[in-house]
Amino acid sequence: MNVLKTILSVVLLLGAGIASAQDRPTIEIDVTGGNIRPVPVAVPAFVAETNGAQRLSGDIAAVVMSDLVSTGLFREIPGTAFIAGVTNFNAQPVFSDWAVVNAEALVTGAVSTGSGGRLVVKFRLFDVVAQLPIGDGVQYTGTQDSWRRMAHKVADAIYSRITGESGYFDSRIVFVSETGPKNDRLKRLAVMDYDGANLQYLTDDSSIVLAPRFAPNTRDIIYTSYESGLPQVFLLNMDTGLRSQLLENTTNMATAPRFSPDGTKVVMSIIDGSNTDIYQVDLSTRTRTRLTNSGGIDTTPSFSPDGSQIVFASDRGGSQQLYVMGANGGEARRISAGGGSYGTPVWSPRGDMIAFTKIKGGRFHIGVMRTDGSHEKLLTASFIDEAPTWSPNGRVLMFFRETAGANGAPQIYSVDLTGRNLRRIDTPSFASDPDWSGVLR
Amino acid sequence: MKLIKAGVMLVALMGLGACEGNNIFGGGAAGADQTPNSGPIEESALAYFNTTIGDTVLFAVNEATLSPAAKGILDAQVAWLNKYPNRTITIEGHADEQGTREYNLALGARRAAAVRNYMVAAGLLETRLSIISYGKERPIAVCSTEVCWSQNRRSVTVVAGGLGNV
Repeated sequence: MNVLKTILSVVLLLGAGIASAQDRPTIEIDVTGGNIRPVPVAVPAFVAETNGAQRLSGDIAAVVMSDLVSTGLFREIPGTAFIAGVTNFNAQPVFSDWAVVNAEALVTGAVSTGSGGRLVVKFRLFDVVAQLPIGDGVQYTGTQDSWRRMAHKVADAIYSRITGESGYFDSRIVFVSETGPKNDRLKRLAVMDYDGANLQYLTDDSSIVLAPRFAPNTRDIIYTSYESGLPQVFLLNMDTGLRSQLLENTTNMATAPRFSPDGTKVVMSIIDGSNTDIYQVDLSTRTRTRLTNSGGIDTTPSFSPDGSQIVFASDRGGSQQLYVMGANGGEARRISAGGGSYGTPVWSPRGDMIAFTKIKGGRFHIGVMRTDGSHEKLLTASFIDEAPTWSPNGRVLMFFRETAGANGAPQIYSVDLTGRNLRRIDTPSFASDPDWSGVLR
Repeated sequence: MKLIKAGVMLVALMGLGACEGNNIFGGGAAGADQTPNSGPIEESALAYFNTTIGDTVLFAVNEATLSPAAKGILDAQVAWLNKYPNRTITIEGHADEQGTREYNLALGARRAAAVRNYMVAAGLLETRLSIISYGKERPIAVCSTEVCWSQNRRSVTVVAGGLGNV
């Protein structure tokens, strides 16, 4: 099933017996920094408006809460503390019931099921202290098997109203699932929701696969695989399962592909013996254009979101550093200036920052800098922290952290741009090379 | 495709003389460091190449230059390959885990290419060899200290084709 079509419609609920907010609500969160006191939020089980909605009414509320708490910006008021629930979605909440359990934000919702697997989810957000709604109610219509996505849509709307930032919960992660011992790791591509749910494997583990990346349409994946012997770049469509090698009839190795923001091109590295350069491949004609011409290793290219520039890593000056060039190649200027070596740069979806892996003094870091290399900030430090990927709103990074030693293995983590809120993403086996999709449509 | 070629050659040779491909080392699972304790290793055997000559050369951190010791091993490998002209080789380049995945893939290729270039300069036909990089995907030693990393910064000459015993 095409998940893009599972959420059928979104409707604002107007004039449903509750006045819209006239005053500005008091709850605001600035996600850009400062000390954050998580907002205490209550999300009572959604009202089941049909018999079939009974089970989902609690599950949806739980996913909404999980999304909000995962940001580190909200604190859960547990259901066990509640002195009352919500039984009528259209009635004004009894704010004193929620104030007494110290909730400052309240999410109410309703769920109903219909024929053909139809699911309707509604929610409202309230400022308990000001006793005001925050924005209008919203109704989402979709299918029952997309209930998690609908819960993520609800949480995205809540996050967005309170932080002023766009949400990122209705998104997916493509990554490499790993099993087996360190000297004989088996790898396969997998995709999951941003929170680890709905995991599906996309390949078997018969060949090494590396660094999958989403196309802007979130349905095509590009990655490196050893399935034809040498490492080569492959395209995979998740709807059809069809796979093809990007460049046929080549004896060179190819790695580190990424799509252009408009999805019509791929930038990648082609390894010609000791020399590795960056090429652009037009997806309609599969013709390649060479973008760099240094004698060194030029790799891990990433487009700026407007498609005009490419950031990449190169050891042309000795140690591995970050460089920016125009999308058609030409002169590149070095932007990284600190000590140590830098790799895997990724341009933020907002365009203002570049995330990277930094190796210094035997430690790996995930860091960010402005696109001119200024304001470098390291967010993490460990034995190996590698390969950042941005949340769709540019506020959170995922990466993989590999532990040291004979039993060392990678897991996926997320961290806020502020350096706070480090979390491990739960996966059934070891996991590396995450790539975060845009918000699903 | 190298493997297919090797397989075809193996079948052809087995038809000629089963004893050739089924000597004291035959029958056992292929293992790079197979060292049977009964009798000397025949010079034509893969085990001779892999262990007596040595299939591996090591590199310094972030380097692809060949040390005198590495060149000595490669000279012996070339001499052996000149003696057994049916053999083809794949040179694997590897890196330790102290680098990003993509950079290490390119670094492994740089090491494999350094070995290839040396062997070609020493007279080996370029058509007999190919290179591949595994970056940090296939460590041979799994600890996370220099003791292991120094073993993982390597190229491995993998011999295919020829006289059975593969």
